[in-house]
Amino acid sequence: MTKSELVELIASKQPQLSVKDVELAVKTILDHMSHALSQGQRIEIRGFGSFSLHYRAPRVGRNPKTGETVQLPAKYVPHFKPGKELREQVNDGLKAGY
Amino acid sequence: MPALTKADIAERLYQEVGLNKREAKEMVEAFFSEIRTALSQNEQVKLSGFGNFDLRDKKERPGRNPKTGEEIPITARRVVTFRPGQKLKAKVEAYAGTESQ
Repeated sequence: MTKSELVELIASKQPQLSVKDVELAVKTILDHMSHALSQGQRIEIRGFGSFSLHYRAPRVGRNPKTGETVQLPAKYVPHFKPGKELREQVNDGLKAGY
Repeated sequence: MPALTKADIAERLYQEVGLNKREAKEMVEAFFSEIRTALSQNEQVKLSGFGNFDLRDKKERPGRNPKTGEEIPITARRVVTFRPGQKLKAKVEAYAGTESQ
């Protein structure tokens, strides 16, 4: 499912809202989440999961083309931990034959 | 800094998108529940600019009860993984905070 399919799906179940409204809402949700993470803020969505940042220590890397070594600085990467409900629902899907 | 919650996101939709409070709350619920439903039907979810939610089927493997040391198999299961997109990775990479996550 893509973002636009998600928008269509939500819009089809919310007849009082136009596709444009839903499009803007979905964009706003994703922007809000991205911005929070970029500020180091955790996201906790009950029943879905949580997003946080994981630290990556600085390391020496290598340019695969030239073989030259490069210093890679420390950085943070986004991390998602699925919540209990999501884990169970996905696993039930497996048992149901999806 | 407290974590961002569904209530915070709904408030933003109310303030900035002009949904009423009930619509905003329903929108946030619908957003996460439709993603969950797609994933439970073994459908990958791709949110461009943010990231992809992928599914992986794991085989049964031997495990151990960490408390008792007893050997028990970890059953076959399907798990969700999140792969952040380029845009999100770039936004987050620069975060220089020292707060432990």
